[in-house]
Amino acid sequence: MAKLILSLEGSMIREVALDKERIMIGRKPSNEIQIENLAVSGEHACIVTILNDSFLEDMGSTNGTLVNGNPIKKHILQNNDVIEIGKYKLKYVAEAPAAGHGNEDFEKTMILRAPSKAAAAAPKPANEPAPPPKPSTPPPTPRSVPPPAKPAEPAPASASASVPASAPAPAPAAVAPAKPADAQPLAAVQILSGPSAGKELDLVKNLTTLGKPGLQVAVITRRPQGYFITHVEGAKFPIINGKMIDAQAQPLQDHDVIELAGVKMEFFVKQ
Amino acid sequence: MNDLSNVIEITTATHPGMVRSHNEDSISADAATGLAVLADGMGGYNAGEVASGIAVAMISAELKKALAAANGELDAAAVERLVGEHAVRANNAIFQAAQNQAQYAGMGTTLVVALWHDNSLVVGHIGDSRLYRFRDNKLEQVTRDHSLLQEQIDSGLITKAQARHSQNKNLVTRAVGIDPEVETEVHSYPVQAGDIYLLCSDGLNDMVTDEDMELTLASLQANLPLAAAQLVQQANDNGGRDNVSVILARVLKSFPARSGLVDRLKSWFR
Repeated sequence: MAKLILSLEGSMIREVALDKERIMIGRKPSNEIQIENLAVSGEHACIVTILNDSFLEDMGSTNGTLVNGNPIKKHILQNNDVIEIGKYKLKYVAEAPAAGHGNEDFEKTMILRAPSKAAAAAPKPANEPAPPPKPSTPPPTPRSVPPPAKPAEPAPASASASVPASAPAPAPAAVAPAKPADAQPLAAVQILSGPSAGKELDLVKNLTTLGKPGLQVAVITRRPQGYFITHVEGAKFPIINGKMIDAQAQPLQDHDVIELAGVKMEFFVKQ
Repeated sequence: MNDLSNVIEITTATHPGMVRSHNEDSISADAATGLAVLADGMGGYNAGEVASGIAVAMISAELKKALAAANGELDAAAVERLVGEHAVRANNAIFQAAQNQAQYAGMGTTLVVALWHDNSLVVGHIGDSRLYRFRDNKLEQVTRDHSLLQEQIDSGLITKAQARHSQNKNLVTRAVGIDPEVETEVHSYPVQAGDIYLLCSDGLNDMVTDEDMELTLASLQANLPLAAAQLVQQANDNGGRDNVSVILARVLKSFPARSGLVDRLKSWFR
C-alpha cells in the first residue's frame, strides 16, 4: 500500500498509509491528516486512491498545493513525489513490488469484475442441475466511478472462474512510454545537389520522410540504437555512399551520402 | 459474396514484445472477405493464447461462412447482428472450455472485429483492444475501451493526458470468455476510399502515443507493411512491455454490395 511521509523542515512527523479511498488534508480536526498551521486551509487538499493510483486534488485552498515545486489543481501521484502544503512536506511512496515476484505480472491485462457478476459466474457444483448462471446484472455501470476501493475480489467460490482480479503488482515507476529515442544526439541532412543545394533539414521527429511522393520516398527513423534509413516507395531504392540498399533498414553513419530521387544529400550528426 | 481482395489491402504484424516470453495475442485478416479480427488473451500459463486463439479462429471462420451463405444479401443491421452473434458464440466456447478444463480456468480475451461491407465498416469490440481510423492525415480512435481507465476519463476523474501516467492501464471491465454472457459493442461507420484502419492490442497504444502513431501512418502510408513493422518497432523501442499486434487495412475504392437485380445487370455491362 502506498503511504505519505509527513515532515516539517526535514524532520519526519509521521507516516500515513493511504488505506482509505479518500483522505482529507487540512487544518480542521475532521481531516484524516490534520496540520495545525495557519497557512493551511480548513480543508486544504484530498487524496483519492483507486487501486494503484492515488489522485491528489487541491480543495480550493488559500495558499495552494505544490507537487515537486509546481502548483497543482489535480495530480496523479508518482512514486517519490513531494507534496508541499505550507511549510509541511508530504512524500508519496508507492508500494514496492512483492519480493521475488518480479515484474512478471506487470501490466498484464486483467479483468475487473463487478462483485455481482463474479458471483453470477461462480461454477455450479457438478451434481447440481442448476439452470445456467443468469448474469442478468448489467455490466458494470459505465458511471460507476470510483469503483469499490477493494475492487472485485472474487468470492472464493468463483475464484476458479475468474482471472485473479486482485490489484496487480504496482509498477515501480511511471509506466508512461519512455522516449529513449530522444536521447539520440540531433542529426540533420544537408542537400548537396539540385535547386535546394545547401539546405539543411533537422531530424527532430522519430520519423522523417525524404524524396518525392509517387516517385521515390525513404524514411529516416530515430531509434535508441541510432538513425536508420528505409525504403518506403518507388521502383528505385536509395543509394548510400554509392551503394544501393535493399528493403532492410540501413544504419546511418555520420557523413553518409544519400542519393534519392536524383538528389544527393549528406547525413551528419549535430552536437 | 463480393470478393474484396481488390478493394482492401491488409497487412498484419505481431510480436511478443521485449519482456514477455510468449505471445498471447491472436490475429487474422482476410482481404477477400473484408474481415480483420484481433484478440489479446489473458490467463495463466498458455491459457491466454488459447482464449485469443479460439476467439479469432471461430469468429473469422464462422463469419466468413455466414457471409458466404448470405451471398451479399445483408443490410447493415444484419451484418451488425452477425458480428455480435459470433462474438457471443466465441464467448460461450471459451467460457465452456475454461469451466471444463482446470488448466484453462479463468482465461479470457479482448476482441476487436472489423468487417467491411457495402461501403461501410462494422466494428465490434470487447475490452481494450482498439480500432483507429486514419483519414485526411488525422488519426482518430474509433472504439472506446471497456476499461477502468476509460471509465475514469469519462467521469472526469482524470484527463486523457493524465491517463498516460496511470498505474491502472491494464484493467478491463469487459472480456470474452470470463462470464457466461457478454455484450459486444457493435457500430457501423461509413467508409471513404483512402481510409486506413488500424486494429491494435494495448501493447501498441500503451507504448506509443497516438501522435507517434499518426506520424507513422502519415509518413509511411505508401508502404503499409513497413508502417505496421515500424509501429511494432516503436513499441519495442519504447520498452515493449506487452505483446504488440497491429492490423492495417487500406480501402482502395468504394465497394457497394451489388445485391439488387438492376445492380447485377449493371455489373454485367461494366
